[in-house]
Amino acid sequence: MSLSKRIPMLLLRLIALGASVCAIVIMVTSRDSAQVFGMNISAKYSNIPTFKYFVLVNAIASAYTLILLCIPSKNSCGHMILVLDLVIALLLDSSISACVAIGLVGKKGNTHAGWLPICGQVPKFCDHVTGAIAAGFIAAIAYFLVVLYSVHSVMNLFAPRA
Amino acid sequence: MLLSLCIYIIHAFVNEKSLPSQLHTIQQSSTIPLTTTAATEMPSEGGEKPEVGQDQAPAASTKVDWIIKVLRLLAFLLTLDATLVMALNKQTKTFTVATIGTVPLRATLSAKFQHTPAFVFFVVANANAALHNLLMLAVGFAGSKLSFKGLAPLAVPVLDLVNVAIVSGGASAAVFMGQLGRNGNSHARWNKICDKFESFCDRGGAAMISSLVGVLLMIIICAISIIRLRNHYGYNKLALNSSVLP
Repeated sequence: MSLSKRIPMLLLRLIALGASVCAIVIMVTSRDSAQVFGMNISAKYSNIPTFKYFVLVNAIASAYTLILLCIPSKNSCGHMILVLDLVIALLLDSSISACVAIGLVGKKGNTHAGWLPICGQVPKFCDHVTGAIAAGFIAAIAYFLVVLYSVHSVMNLFAPRA
Repeated sequence: MLLSLCIYIIHAFVNEKSLPSQLHTIQQSSTIPLTTTAATEMPSEGGEKPEVGQDQAPAASTKVDWIIKVLRLLAFLLTLDATLVMALNKQTKTFTVATIGTVPLRATLSAKFQHTPAFVFFVVANANAALHNLLMLAVGFAGSKLSFKGLAPLAVPVLDLVNVAIVSGGASAAVFMGQLGRNGNSHARWNKICDKFESFCDRGGAAMISSLVGVLLMIIICAISIIRLRNHYGYNKLALNSSVLP
């Protein structure tokens, strides 16, 4: 592949790598504790399985991107890489979707189920989680652009520019 | 990763059956008038069966067509089923909240899917995917009669990709909300609700399973559609190359 074709792909993958690593770091360092009515409430990301899934998926995505960036580019694996890119993009998308759903419950509560919002008591935790979700969102978008670009380059969709 | 292996096997299968590389060599070795006639034949074919000009593999292309149609029908039925089961998911129960003397106070609580934004997104996403699958089925059946040129064949895989992303997001959000409802969360003091509303949870779970299987099928369809794009655009590129030959 010519250099002009490789640069956008490389850039997108670097952005995705950076965003997913950021998301992992921010989520893992999110913790807060508060004293409410004599009870000690402490919030960590590992208390909520959805956030553990988010960290896991972002770890898989960053490991995959790192491996891809380190091996030299071979055109013969193009289709396999495209398929794996698609799978990773969908995993990232599902992780941020789930985290947003749980985050909404934490922020606004759910009166019908009797679940009270916890963001009022542990604001630092909520802010960290919001930041991690934003970083995960950037990683997901970057991966979707990578998939679209992969489809374009592997399939040779348009005539090569002179 | 098992999924990606599965998709790669399907891609290899599509590769064998449609034999694009053999057709490439045949076109390159033929004389110039033949290539120009082939080039003029190629863009007019379009639709879902691109290599009708050669005798090599029209039947194989039809086989892959039918596989895609069957998968799409299954995906349509599954996403429709997920939409309907979750949309009609409702349970009302009367509880005894307190007892004043000998008179029990009763409160009627209901669990509906609208109470949770994640389930609302789930219903909307699956309805969208069901509609998309239905439309693509119709396009698949009508496509052999119409001819698609230019960027039109690109629309199907891209739309497939978008819909897969949306439905996978909806399905995963619903799954985690369901997990929260089933197990509760002691750290956040959120009580589980599934012990009181069992049939609500069971129906929700069935809808989620059906949606997840539908997403799997849609991923396979998406991968096959993207790989078959090569048949449309790869030939055009070759035609473009051969047309500039003196």
